[in-house]
Amino acid sequence: MGVGRNVTVVYFLLSLVLLPVRMSLVELPEPSVSIPRDVDMSSSPTRNDDLKEMLENNKESLKLEAMKRIVGLIAKGKNASELFPAVVKNVASKNIELKKLVYVYLVRYAEEQQDLALLSISTFQRALKDPNQLIRASALRVLSSIRVPIIIPIMMLAIKEAASDMSPYVRKTSAHAIQKLYSLDPDQKEHLIEVIEKLLKDKSTLVAGSVVMAFEEVCPERIDLIHKNYRKLCNLLVDVEEWGQVVIISMLTRYARTQFTSPWREDGVFDENSERAFYESDEEKTRDDTEIKPYTMDPDHRLLLRNTKPLLQSRNTAVVMSVAQLYWHLAPRNEVSIVTKSLVRLLRSHREVQYIVLQNIATMSIQRKGMFEPYMKSFYVRSTDATHIKSLKLEILTNLANEANISTILREFQTYVKSQDKQFAAGTIQAIGRCATNISEVTDTCLNGLVLLLSNRDETVVAESVVVIKKLLQAQPSQHSDIIKHMAKLLDNITVSMARASILWLIGEYCERVPKIAPDVLRKMAKSFTSEEDIVKLQTVNLAAKLYLTNSKQTKLLTQYILNLGKYDQNYDIRDRTRFIRQLIVPNEKSGALSKYARRILLAPKPAPVLESAYKDRDRYQLGTLSHTINTKASGYLELSDWPAVAPDQSVRNVEVIEPVRIHPSICTALFHFCPDSPPSFFHISCYCPSLPSEKSSSQSEKSSSESDIEQKKKKKMKKPPQKKNVKPPNKDRYQSVMCKPNSWVGPGFGACVCVCDFSSCRMNLLRPHLFSRRLSVSGPAFVPEKSHNLLHRMTGKGLAAQYQFTRQPCLYQPNMVSVQISLTNTSDHRLEQIHIGERSPAGLKIHCFNTIEFLEPDASVTVSMGIDFNDSTQAANFQLCTKEDQFSVSIQPAVGDLFLAVTMTEQDFRKEQGKLQGMNECSATITVTAENTSSQPLNRRVAAMANVGVVPSGQDNVHRFAGKTACSGAVLLVTVELRESSAAVITINTEKSVMGSMLLRDLKKSLAQA
Amino acid sequence: MIHSLFLVNSSGDIFLEKHWKSVVSRSVCDYFFEAQERASEPENVPPVIPTPHHYLISVLRHRIYFVAVIQSEVPPLFVIEFLHRVVDTFQDYFGVCTEAAIKDNVVVVYELLEEMLDNGFPLATESNILKELIKPPTILRTVVNTITGSTNVGEQLPTGQLSVVPWRRTGVKYTNNEAYFDVVEEIDAIIDKSGSTITAEIQGVIDACVKLTGMPDLTLSFMNPRLLDDVSFHPCVRFKRWEAERILSFIPPDGNFRLLSYHVSSQNLHPLRSTSLVAIPVYVKHNITFREGSSQGRFELTLGPKQTMGKGVEAVLVNSQLPRGVLNTNLNPSQGTYTFDPVTKLLTWDVGKINPQKLPSLKGSMSLQAGASKPDENPTINIQFKIQQSALSGLKVNRLDMYGEKYKPFKGIKYMTKAGKFQVRT
Repeated sequence: MGVGRNVTVVYFLLSLVLLPVRMSLVELPEPSVSIPRDVDMSSSPTRNDDLKEMLENNKESLKLEAMKRIVGLIAKGKNASELFPAVVKNVASKNIELKKLVYVYLVRYAEEQQDLALLSISTFQRALKDPNQLIRASALRVLSSIRVPIIIPIMMLAIKEAASDMSPYVRKTSAHAIQKLYSLDPDQKEHLIEVIEKLLKDKSTLVAGSVVMAFEEVCPERIDLIHKNYRKLCNLLVDVEEWGQVVIISMLTRYARTQFTSPWREDGVFDENSERAFYESDEEKTRDDTEIKPYTMDPDHRLLLRNTKPLLQSRNTAVVMSVAQLYWHLAPRNEVSIVTKSLVRLLRSHREVQYIVLQNIATMSIQRKGMFEPYMKSFYVRSTDATHIKSLKLEILTNLANEANISTILREFQTYVKSQDKQFAAGTIQAIGRCATNISEVTDTCLNGLVLLLSNRDETVVAESVVVIKKLLQAQPSQHSDIIKHMAKLLDNITVSMARASILWLIGEYCERVPKIAPDVLRKMAKSFTSEEDIVKLQTVNLAAKLYLTNSKQTKLLTQYILNLGKYDQNYDIRDRTRFIRQLIVPNEKSGALSKYARRILLAPKPAPVLESAYKDRDRYQLGTLSHTINTKASGYLELSDWPAVAPDQSVRNVEVIEPVRIHPSICTALFHFCPDSPPSFFHISCYCPSLPSEKSSSQSEKSSSESDIEQKKKKKMKKPPQKKNVKPPNKDRYQSVMCKPNSWVGPGFGACVCVCDFSSCRMNLLRPHLFSRRLSVSGPAFVPEKSHNLLHRMTGKGLAAQYQFTRQPCLYQPNMVSVQISLTNTSDHRLEQIHIGERSPAGLKIHCFNTIEFLEPDASVTVSMGIDFNDSTQAANFQLCTKEDQFSVSIQPAVGDLFLAVTMTEQDFRKEQGKLQGMNECSATITVTAENTSSQPLNRRVAAMANVGVVPSGQDNVHRFAGKTACSGAVLLVTVELRESSAAVITINTEKSVMGSMLLRDLKKSLAQA
Repeated sequence: MIHSLFLVNSSGDIFLEKHWKSVVSRSVCDYFFEAQERASEPENVPPVIPTPHHYLISVLRHRIYFVAVIQSEVPPLFVIEFLHRVVDTFQDYFGVCTEAAIKDNVVVVYELLEEMLDNGFPLATESNILKELIKPPTILRTVVNTITGSTNVGEQLPTGQLSVVPWRRTGVKYTNNEAYFDVVEEIDAIIDKSGSTITAEIQGVIDACVKLTGMPDLTLSFMNPRLLDDVSFHPCVRFKRWEAERILSFIPPDGNFRLLSYHVSSQNLHPLRSTSLVAIPVYVKHNITFREGSSQGRFELTLGPKQTMGKGVEAVLVNSQLPRGVLNTNLNPSQGTYTFDPVTKLLTWDVGKINPQKLPSLKGSMSLQAGASKPDENPTINIQFKIQQSALSGLKVNRLDMYGEKYKPFKGIKYMTKAGKFQVRT
């Protein structure tokens, strides 16, 4: 019967195992069927089947429910890998929560199911191009977390692209991805270093921490990459998020130890005027080199110390600790103590934090007692502390003990000795011993106190006292024979082997001081020899040998008895020792010359042991590191190098003025100021922010609003003469709006980085039109239609009226956008607040919004400009115009002619382009034009009014040519109007965008045929 | 950095695991369990445990061990601080951080952990940002989600991530604009046998609950800012302004947060002075004796107010770990209730409010193990209490101003003193 049942069970199990395999075969035919090794037998088949069913269902909610349950399985550590094919199908789901859960699943199992995981890659590649930065970033996160070697080239490409993404958040993600790729394939190191180098130059505070982390992981030895970024990192440090701060500080600590000379001088002369030197030019340094100079701190070294100091006030304990270690390793001796207060503050934090901080204080307090002595009482032990906290506090108190405070400390120790936590009491006794050896004034007091403890009822306390007394007596044995006698008596009661061994050793060592007692002790020990611990046996043998040499008359027989016992002991150490001692002390023919010296060997005066801290040699590790905590070198620990004797070249950290400055002289001055080369002027940038809260916070709100008013007026003024073909004023305008942005909340110090971020993006935009234009030079519009269109009627807008107008100017924000001017009027009787642009549709529509208008007084109006990317189609841009209370859906419908930009070109070029755009790209029509349009002037005006095109000078009187390009894709548009006899005209349009061409043709036909 | 995270409950079961890099087998926790077995108390498990291939860094909160697995060098405080931040976030999301709460919300927990770390490096730890990414579960939202199929996950990158005020979300709207500040001071003290103070210091925090519309810019000034000896700030506080003017100027996060924590200690100003200037608000008269050879011990305890600035001492709770030899107690409280646990030997006396006219006392006898010798140490007495409407250090907020927004917020300041680690040695 048993057999039959087993067969069915096996069959059942097999079907369980094969079920998922069969399912996956459907999707991915494989030549060989392999049974997955780790299918979890405990997860029932019915359950996973119904999960699979739910995943294949069309209902989103069921899929989501299934994924939630699967995540529950993963969290419990259960295997859910057989669901992979069903899950991976949902990777492109629209539901964002479902998608995220699928990501969680993918990252967990992709390594095990590499082939199936590849199915999802294309989804991520698509998402990497998504307009939403969150989606781009999360796609990169997941793509780089899938540990499948085959996609390494794809990852590499994605990382490189993301590293130059517009969004700092995506760039931050790419810095993380660098580390992931490196751990997957270390061979990519060289390429990754290139990306790191690029990201290190990034000025966003968001990126800084992550890229330094990648640097530390991938190429910590490439210290040369840091030089140019050193000052920038120092200056950004305050504004970097807290986790990044920790990483950057520890990297900079290492950097500084290789680049600066030691500020620790034996003579202690320290140039307090280094601050002055900081602002001086480099010339001075070269002068100094020749003479034997007094130490002057490198200004960059000072910069680091000064910029990290405020972080001691951070709420993040890791940041405080890392600043503390930076000061410990880098600051001049007299400045280190500023970290004390903050470290002591950390002791109020969680138990685990206390543990690490106390460890570091223990190491520090060995070298620098003075730092923590004023805070001695903060290290007093409370009965509620955990044992390891207690012993660390004890350690620190012992380190801090000196002649002045020893009485206070000993009084405190007396309380601890009585503690119910015996392990702690024993630790206290050791601490007392250490105090006694370190401070000779109290040695006797301590010894007496310890002797009193010998009568303690608790054995561990007594044993520990014996051990400590032994060590103390060794230091000064002369006057303490009565203590030895007392301890000899104790031997009857003490059972702790270490203590017994100590007593035996003590009696043996000083047997001549207690000549009567010693042989008696040996007698007792001989009796109990067989039942003793090994360590006690060894000391008994030792005692016997010493007594044999000093008092052989009384102890000869006893010694031989013990040696015989030892000879047959189970432990080979004891047998070995016994044999050795016998040869040494009992002279026979074989023992040779050595036994003559037995007395001198065994009874040689021995140096007293030094009682020292267990933390004495921990300072070989950098403070605050894991290696320091565990007192062994952790993997990946980076050694802190010694100070160089001569400082390496300082000029490597100088940064040249950034290039775009030359291109745009108008913003030259501003960029120059923010160049990190000159750190003090770095803060000037925040002075540009017109209203800093720190300056006049009371008037801040009014100021900021008046500021935006001014800005608007400026814009208006500029827009009035639209014929001006100057790029500079718009640039300036952009610059001002950048400066105004942070004003509402930036304080000094916190503010600097925003300006920098915005600048970098602004600079990029400014550069782009130049790259774009090729040989088509964009000219100003030949004609700007006065006509404005209604955007929002005042009735529907509850008092807010809006009109829009195409300015036909190249858009400042993005070269592929069309710039639109919107004038807003408040026709209501109350002020409208916070006018801004809300949701837009279609979802991918790119709009460069105008800055939020804080308020609009009744009857006031304001004109703002915005950029819309119509993507070369006449589809309307829909978006919401919002005030504080309301939202109005509005739409801007472009005429096809407004989607072009006027271009100037020669007739020759025109013909050449026209030659390229034949056939499909050409459309033409013959019309009858009205009489007044037959001359060139009105005709040109008609065409220019219809479309934003530039007039091409023509050699023939009857042929008129116009040129333009589309705003988005930059495709060339050529219009030819050829006048024939009897008011006939042929309009020809050549462009790649044939749809736009035919639309324009229709419009032109209508316009020219009209009177 | 952080490779994996295991959550271990008090009975030693792993009930949640999460990996940020390749999967680490849960058998790595065996080293942790070993250390746990060796430790006499749950608190005694060392926070850092080296194993042959990994390092385990753990924190213990709410009787749950959060064990992080590390593979290479990292500042241990970095990990510890992060783990505590995780616990704080869970508490913020679920109200409590218990095993049951975590198990119930395992999906949200997973989503949170996914956002908080990328490749083991912290990504978003600011609660305001997390709440925009993943909405905290509420009963109403769960119901709505099941009906409409909408999700808890945000689709847009939180605006705070990219700005210089990452702690505040944008578009905050409230109908009642209010800002409450609680000044809470804890007094840590050790009082010796004779009633004299060995050490005393005050640790204070200002916790805020700010529900204000828009982007308010607040300034808080004190009557006596000199009292603050050592401070640490929420990142929102402008440090330079504090340095220069001793004024707290900040754009607050939305909701609850800790604005500032500070330290007041007269000891630091006078390193050689043996007694502290910090006023001790209660005194204890005690007489605990064990006689040699007798199986009875005497226990007498009287509490009284001292230097309380006229405010009542409330919520007084006394507890003490009696020596192992004590079998049972027979005590008589003049007010409140007392309990004695014969197994753990923990004596707890819930006193309530101290009435200065009739001081609370606890008197009686303890029965000891017959034949056992008398305990060498008298027990330490831990006291908890609260004093409402007063900050022991005398710190006073002068005014709170708001800039940047037009409305008038409702402002409130509350003071409270509590006992921190307040121990009396007997």
